[in-house]
Amino acid sequence: MSTSATEREQRAPVSGPASTARSPRERWRALPSPLRHLLLAALALVVVTGLLLVTGDLTALRFAAVGYTMLSIAGLQLLVGGSGQVSLGHGAFMMIGAYTMALLVGNLPMLPLSANLVLVVVVATVAGVLVGAATARLHGPYLAGATLILAVGLPGLTHRYHEFLGGSNGLTVRTAGAPPFLQGLLSASEWKALVVWTTVVIGLAVLATVSTGRLGRRMRAIRDDETAAAMSGIPVGATKVVAFVIASAAGGLAGGLQVYVLGTATPSIFTLALSLTLLAALVLGGIGSMWGALWAALAVVYLEIWLSDAVRAFSLSRDVENNLPIVLFGVLLILVLRFQPLGFHGILQRLGARLRSGRH
Amino acid sequence: MDRFVDLTLSGLASGAIYAALALSLVIIYQATRLVNFAQPAMALVAVYTAATVAPLTGSYWIGFIAALTVGTAVGALAERFIVRPIARTSQLNAIIVTLGLLLIAQGGVGMIWGNQQHGFGYAFDYVGRLSPADVFALVSVGTVAVLLFCVYRFTPLGLQMRAAAFRPEAARLSGVKVGLMLTAGWAFSALIAALAGMLAGPPFISPNVFDIVFVYGITAAVVGGLDSPFGAIIGGLLVGLGMSYVSGYAGPELATLTALALVVLVLSVRPDGILSRPTARKV
Repeated sequence: MSTSATEREQRAPVSGPASTARSPRERWRALPSPLRHLLLAALALVVVTGLLLVTGDLTALRFAAVGYTMLSIAGLQLLVGGSGQVSLGHGAFMMIGAYTMALLVGNLPMLPLSANLVLVVVVATVAGVLVGAATARLHGPYLAGATLILAVGLPGLTHRYHEFLGGSNGLTVRTAGAPPFLQGLLSASEWKALVVWTTVVIGLAVLATVSTGRLGRRMRAIRDDETAAAMSGIPVGATKVVAFVIASAAGGLAGGLQVYVLGTATPSIFTLALSLTLLAALVLGGIGSMWGALWAALAVVYLEIWLSDAVRAFSLSRDVENNLPIVLFGVLLILVLRFQPLGFHGILQRLGARLRSGRH
Repeated sequence: MDRFVDLTLSGLASGAIYAALALSLVIIYQATRLVNFAQPAMALVAVYTAATVAPLTGSYWIGFIAALTVGTAVGALAERFIVRPIARTSQLNAIIVTLGLLLIAQGGVGMIWGNQQHGFGYAFDYVGRLSPADVFALVSVGTVAVLLFCVYRFTPLGLQMRAAAFRPEAARLSGVKVGLMLTAGWAFSALIAALAGMLAGPPFISPNVFDIVFVYGITAAVVGGLDSPFGAIIGGLLVGLGMSYVSGYAGPELATLTALALVVLVLSVRPDGILSRPTARKV
């Protein structure tokens, strides 16, 4: 009680512009936002590397899955939570990224991974520009409907161009493991998890910079009141398209990383249920913050694993095992909307605020 | 030429189904400004009920009636207890809650009956040009559309429902039970969705069987204008014909993306559908 009071007294004069000695918190705030997010990204990468070193091979693959799922959901968060546009076709952009990656690895094996990832982002961005520009005039349920059609229709193309895209068997590729000088140190899955997380934290840093910057502020203004935003001179159409394109690029990159880890891209992965699950998970995790994407990705990956363990423990059928996660996501989604609209991250924030006010 | 006639006739029959789905979407949209993405869920529950009841009782028609009853009940209960408390918070939540219902229905059906395809026949022969099943689809959807028009236009219930949708506050002051009317609207909508499910699902049903059908239904509703029942029916028939020609001449895989192009094209020219009247909005 007394310490916090003195702290506050000390802090009060410090915040004046004349003072030279600044608290670490303020020095942190004074950093430019891209640098701040890159530093946070580096810290996250260190944490993940540490976790990878103490856990096994199987966990490494799960970590990688959390990584790319999180990138995909973070893109969706920027779009839905940030700009208020509901896209039910996020899985379609993951599919575009995944197939681009598989085609690049299969047909142009001499390209390095980094070039592949850049090309995946480029292709997904172009797809996002095309769809985003076409749907720029749609709003609310109309946009949701149009993107739903995209999510349902796109997997059909793999059957149409069977020779090129492999039909329902999809494409299978082999991706390289750790480079020679790390061979003894890291297993292939650990190396892949590291590559995935390096890409993911860079992607997240970009998304966070966009979200906290001017563009993010404009998106939130449009989300809250489109007419008022337009009257304040915000280019509504262009901002919405940019949000859509950024989300598509994040989704595409996530899809590319998924193929890099799993080695296959099949149409049965990228169903409508995937797009809906991503959105449901985002709402569960907390639609208002990029942290929500982390809880959402953990839920998508681990809920499925725990549920299939539980189903096996009770020796229920495969039908139950395959569908229980979907049902649970649906039920949780409705409960969260009804009782906790800010999701898991909202609960955490409220707890944090209560703890802080309790201490003072 | 023969092929063209074939495609036209089968397009009209499937167009009737899309018209029914579009009509079912429009009923709910008119009342609450909500696009019901849970619509395939109701059709799914209905058709699986029929597929379970019909072999047990040995009669297709008992299964048919059970399907419509269960579908209607599910629609009404979902509106009253799940959608209504959430949908009034925001438009985004309204969309998401119907998606939650869809996830539960698809997963639940998969859990109980499995993800693999089940055979479930029609009551009629469905082979050949303008088969009895096609005629049944056209006649039943036409009958339902006319009945619905009569209910809305000529009965006290229809008048109350229109009043509740048009001016909820004024209707409430005049003694209309607005909440009950909303539930009634969802029940009608679910009834039509269940009928469309019974027509569109067979001969093989699986948890994802209605994804593509629903896509065409939503295309029809958007093309005709989410606000216009007549637009929905015309949109349904147009989409049915268009998709039939695209599938027949260019390949069925392209039909869905054609639907997307159609939606984008129509909405870019007329943001509220072909048959919509421009409305003034108060800011």
